[in-house]
Amino acid sequence: MNEVDQHFSAKAQASVGVIVPQTAHFDEPIMLACGRELRDYDLVYETYGELNETKSNAVLICHALSGNHHAAGVHNEQDSKPGWWNECIGPGKPIDTNKFFVVSLNNLGGCHGSTGPTSINPETGKPWGPDFPVLRARDWVHSQARLADRLGITYWAAVVGGSLGGMQAMRWSLEYPQRVKHCVTIASAMKLSAQNIAFNEIARQAIIADTGFAKGRYLESGSVPTKGLGLARMVGHITYLSDDAMARKFGRSLRSGTLETGNDDSIEFQVESYLRYQGSQFSESFDANTYILMTRALDYFDLAREYGNDPVVAFSHAKCSFLVLSFSTDWRFSPQRSLEIVNALIAAGRPVSYAEIEANQGHDAFLLPIPRYLDVFSAYMQRVAADF
Amino acid sequence: MRLDLAHIQRWIQPGSRVLDLGCGNGEFLQLLQENLQVKGLGLEIDPQDITESISRGLNIIEQDLDKGLSNFPDQSFDTVVMAHALQAVHYPDRVLDEMLRIGRQCVVTFPNFGHWRCRMYLGTHGRMPVSESMPYSWYASPNIHFCTVADFEQLCREKGIQILERDMVGSTNRKSLLATFWPNLFATTAIYHITR
Repeated sequence: MNEVDQHFSAKAQASVGVIVPQTAHFDEPIMLACGRELRDYDLVYETYGELNETKSNAVLICHALSGNHHAAGVHNEQDSKPGWWNECIGPGKPIDTNKFFVVSLNNLGGCHGSTGPTSINPETGKPWGPDFPVLRARDWVHSQARLADRLGITYWAAVVGGSLGGMQAMRWSLEYPQRVKHCVTIASAMKLSAQNIAFNEIARQAIIADTGFAKGRYLESGSVPTKGLGLARMVGHITYLSDDAMARKFGRSLRSGTLETGNDDSIEFQVESYLRYQGSQFSESFDANTYILMTRALDYFDLAREYGNDPVVAFSHAKCSFLVLSFSTDWRFSPQRSLEIVNALIAAGRPVSYAEIEANQGHDAFLLPIPRYLDVFSAYMQRVAADF
Repeated sequence: MRLDLAHIQRWIQPGSRVLDLGCGNGEFLQLLQENLQVKGLGLEIDPQDITESISRGLNIIEQDLDKGLSNFPDQSFDTVVMAHALQAVHYPDRVLDEMLRIGRQCVVTFPNFGHWRCRMYLGTHGRMPVSESMPYSWYASPNIHFCTVADFEQLCREKGIQILERDMVGSTNRKSLLATFWPNLFATTAIYHITR
């Protein structure tokens, strides 16, 4: 049993238990960054822990590209798959539900219950599909702010997110400086590099090239771009792992057959089998238009663009303290990108702490129970709790 | 509290901005924040120290002093402190330059290798000194650039660094007359308040 597994078994017991997702309906139209308006919309969310009397212990979780509202706990007693950030949210975990009231939602444009491309467009009576308005991270932030209003939360003790979620957390600190006390940005960046956008473009092209995509109207035509979405996920998945992690997990092992003759089976190496499995699982649970929408929001995110492209000017508008974390083998959102955030915060005179976690799992590390990661994260969150 | 750290406090203005290079477990920075309400930032590379410092409510950046400090703007701090780390960096002279660029004033403390015990150890044993305060064998020591009080002041002269004040700690860990008047021989720890 390695260190990570040991840590896992010790903490695995601590869970928020069975969680029932809730839906908040909003009648008041929301103006989007693209200039279009959504007349009304739903946000599906989960909460863990209890809101205290002074309403000072609320923590918002912002999800990443393929995430959703189900961040912790399970949906029923038989459910064997806990929420995506179960390692970090729960009793005694970094985001300790004995102390915090945690809110986790499915973002607008998502495909797990919140209004998005699979919802019905009230004007046509048909699914939105490719006609759903394009979204930017700030649209999510504004809709999250409305959810906070609905829940009676005037400010967040912390807004927390990894990857694309970290971008939302940073945007929160600029859009609503009075409503955020701490911002935790994990494995994130102030904007994507060209290489990063390129990977997203391959993913999108894989989806679009699938005849089942039907120009995005697959829900109407009854087809499903399973292959395209699966391929998109395969590309993404490679970039979330490190070379080292893949070598450890699969090496050059064959699934069957021999190295001399190969195999009649189209799947020869273990890594192929793994990727296909990931791809097919994903294509069954995710919507292609949402994937395109979310990758676009990721590509277009540029924290400092409206601040004269100067991140120091941008962060001088923030009022909160920051924790920035990165992982040594993450090449999709490398430690260098996190350091850019840190250096801008230092120059802007904002309180900031930063740690680069030694981990061989690549970008995926932010979801995993890596002891030092959990320690630093916990230490910071305890300080957030001391600030109530 | 190490005596060198207690001494430094009187040179630091209440409410000022303090950057602590190699802040360890954050004990000193926390003291400054509590006693003087400074706005502190610490740099450290040891994972446990970083976690402990964060637990203390401090702002800590994981950063290796040997990889430079170019991410800190000129004169962005009132005081830059480096306690007992000068002898452990690759280029002590460059770190000093950087400290003086970033801070209006700086505080540096280091173990004085010219102390008579070091000299006697080397003189009689013919071996690198190992003591309670310098417990490492030469090959495993993080201290790669030992210097003496005289060496440090020579470097300050060459670099045009102005010594505002200095404090010497003797072997009894108190301020002693011997250490004050013959620091190069009797000071175990040298403490300098410098500017440019």
